[in-house]
Amino acid sequence: MAINWFKYSAPSTFYGLAGKLTPWFAWPSAILFCIGMYIGFFIAPTDATQGEAYRIIFVHVPVSILSMLIYLIMAGYAALGLVFNTRLSSMMATALAPTGAIFAFLSLWTGALWGKPTWGAWWVWDARLTTELIMLFLYLGFIALQASIEDPRRADRAGALLAIVGSVNVPIIYFSVRWWNTLHQGSTMKMTGTSMHIAMQQAMFTMMAALWLYVIAITLVRVRSIILERERNTQWVSELREVTL
Amino acid sequence: MNWMNFFLMKGYAWYVWGSYGVVLVVIAIEIAMVIRKRKIALQQLRLICENGLVADLRNKE
Repeated sequence: MAINWFKYSAPSTFYGLAGKLTPWFAWPSAILFCIGMYIGFFIAPTDATQGEAYRIIFVHVPVSILSMLIYLIMAGYAALGLVFNTRLSSMMATALAPTGAIFAFLSLWTGALWGKPTWGAWWVWDARLTTELIMLFLYLGFIALQASIEDPRRADRAGALLAIVGSVNVPIIYFSVRWWNTLHQGSTMKMTGTSMHIAMQQAMFTMMAALWLYVIAITLVRVRSIILERERNTQWVSELREVTL
Repeated sequence: MNWMNFFLMKGYAWYVWGSYGVVLVVIAIEIAMVIRKRKIALQQLRLICENGLVADLRNKE
């Protein structure tokens, strides 16, 4: 089966494809979210040391991992746009930024609510927490920078530079718990196995999958609006059914 | 587990529901914002089409 992938790098063809794909990500996301919540609250047992507060990790860990992954994907798209001058890649970077910022915020928020009962503090200037906070500011900086530049192509380039330079922060967040002696614990999920109860793992992986699909769905919807805004002067946009209707 | 005990989360109710509540509210807001963004984008396009203005409207915003 030969699919011409380059065909979909044109905003005009990707617009339709993104519209068709959205429900295929959105509905499984909603279903998996419900399943994940069910396992997390009704099947996973109470943690021996953390009590019920540990249930926060079912959402904390996925949003935290995704906030880092989204940043790397955003920087990757921005870099592609910068190097190859492809419009769609830059639009994807712009579309990913708000969701990334939201996930970084949720990571810090749920982390604080977990930290208070478990560590006894909402916030500590620990390496993991501080670098995650820096990433939230990088996301906000990227969004603000792009919003402040009138010309979209120039905004793309300026944002791309910020995103690429800022991506150095992501491995620092990831390895912070190994490099420094931090309050934030290391990863429980390891390649070599885990000490976690099976239902706890299932809840976490299901939530991870649900939120991954959510990120894809919301980004596809957002990028379609960005395409419409930026391609408003083109023939194909003016001929769209949803516009002429 | 009865429902009252479930909501009390053995004393961790504020932390647990504070986390999940904010996650759900923020996601709901994001979905609403994305839908609104699309509506606005389409409205502006219809305006351009109706007025026959293919010229850039950005200066007027």
